[in-house]
Amino acid sequence: MHIVVAIKHIPSIADELPVRHNNIDFDSVDFVLNEWDEHSIEQAVLIKEAVGGTVTVIGVDVIGELDNALHLALAKGADRAVKIAAEEPGADSHQQAKWLAEAIQNMSPDLILSGVQASNDLDGQLGPLIAAYLDLPYIGGTSAIEVTNGKAMVLKEFPGGIGMRYEIALPFVAGVQAAPKPPRYAPVSKVRQIAQTAKVETIEPGEGESGGLRFLKMAPPVVTGHAEMIQGTAKEIAARIVELLKSRGLL
Amino acid sequence: MSGDVMVITEHMEGKFSDVSFELVGKARELAEAFGGESIALVLGGGVDASVFASHATLHVADAALNHFNPEAYARVIEALVKERSPRLVMFGWTVIGMDLAAWLSGRMGVPCVAYAKDVRVENGALIVSSQAYGGKLIAEVSPEGEMAIVACLAGSFPAEAGHGSTQATVIPSPVDLGGLKMKFLEVIKPEAGDVDITTQTKLVAVGRGIGGKENIELAEELAEKLGAVVCASRPVVDAGWLPRTRQVGKSGLKVKPKLYFMLGISGAPEHLEGMKDAELIIAINTDKKAPIFNVAHYGAVADLFEVTEAMLELL
Repeated sequence: MHIVVAIKHIPSIADELPVRHNNIDFDSVDFVLNEWDEHSIEQAVLIKEAVGGTVTVIGVDVIGELDNALHLALAKGADRAVKIAAEEPGADSHQQAKWLAEAIQNMSPDLILSGVQASNDLDGQLGPLIAAYLDLPYIGGTSAIEVTNGKAMVLKEFPGGIGMRYEIALPFVAGVQAAPKPPRYAPVSKVRQIAQTAKVETIEPGEGESGGLRFLKMAPPVVTGHAEMIQGTAKEIAARIVELLKSRGLL
Repeated sequence: MSGDVMVITEHMEGKFSDVSFELVGKARELAEAFGGESIALVLGGGVDASVFASHATLHVADAALNHFNPEAYARVIEALVKERSPRLVMFGWTVIGMDLAAWLSGRMGVPCVAYAKDVRVENGALIVSSQAYGGKLIAEVSPEGEMAIVACLAGSFPAEAGHGSTQATVIPSPVDLGGLKMKFLEVIKPEAGDVDITTQTKLVAVGRGIGGKENIELAEELAEKLGAVVCASRPVVDAGWLPRTRQVGKSGLKVKPKLYFMLGISGAPEHLEGMKDAELIIAINTDKKAPIFNVAHYGAVADLFEVTEAMLELL
């Protein structure tokens, strides 16, 4: 059983997102691991723990700082870490998926996992694109994947707490919404130790091809309304809120 | 290449989702601008497909498509898109559309715009506004080439314009639906027992800012004092801090309470989809640029723990 997890290093939306030349000013933002990738890594390790096998984590190193994320994945139970050394912070999902699909094809995976989406997926997500390039079926929004005898039982989430179960023959690509358990914690000491000893394999990117979107403009949304902001200390804010709720008959 | 605009509709338990009508209404307008027709595509039986205002409705009523099967849907859509060469294919950016739009884009080698909030035609060119980066930025993009795919956020267009009575044309599946790798097994309904957040008049909503499962108790305490129930944004539920039955938003439930009190939720478009119609929205967040402040009625840039503690003292 070989599970490949494709991860994405993306601009952190916790910070300011300065714009330059109709796109993010990539030099001025921090890059972080896509939050859903934590779940796809956890899902992969859970399957490995249940049925054995190996987990390979692979990502495009868009700014040359992917090692941290890869070391973390190794500390959590992945066996092999691979980066595609592209150093193109603006590489879109199509471009990254092309590079990833090429690399993954040579790995003979039984199952490919990715995060269900990323906040910078303007041209679509990695998972379905990798599936399309490898001529595999794709299912996203998964919250549980169990593997037995060349097949997987997959639970896909729908709105309102509804789930649908599928039986899927390997190999295929799944976009993980959530692992059945919260992503495990890897102690900093372990990550540090791995950072010193682990070998991250490096692959040079091939040709690639962008998603064909011409950027005309990028800006914060035009604000049509704004909250009335309550100023002051926490105590003052709390008092104002309580007063507000009382005046509206909500208390 | 035609000027047609094809909409991939979605239905569950015999009912089309609102986003299907929203897309059909928009598709009509765009098709007219391109000099083509709007085509609603309905996959699967057990549903009355003659409910759209599209120029035409195609219905592949194969039983293999009755329940959403990503592989079956993808193969049928790919074949029909190849056969008809529309100018534009529209999906909802939903749990269904998200499985199909980018896959089709990769297969067809045509551009795809996700998180689409607006789609328009200017001087014959297609322009799409995409609300990416958690709603913090709007990108205006023009997809290159003669065909494009868009996946639109629910609630982006009025649904009324999509309602109609165009007689659906039943067509056979263009591909053999035997021998698929994916097999639909069953629908699992949520377990009864937990509170129903859609019927509550007051909700305390917690987001990633709550920090950890151990802090949920504080929100519970505040909710109790307010006569409210605790609900959450997706990351909190994905982390296992609250059950799925408490999740508000695109992949959770839609709520419309009298009070929606938000602690540490930035307001990603997916969350707004589920709560923007609440009567009174109050948001506490440490990020003064959090998109939620554009939607909330009242807001405060503050530490949610300090404000909650201070409120508990007053209540």
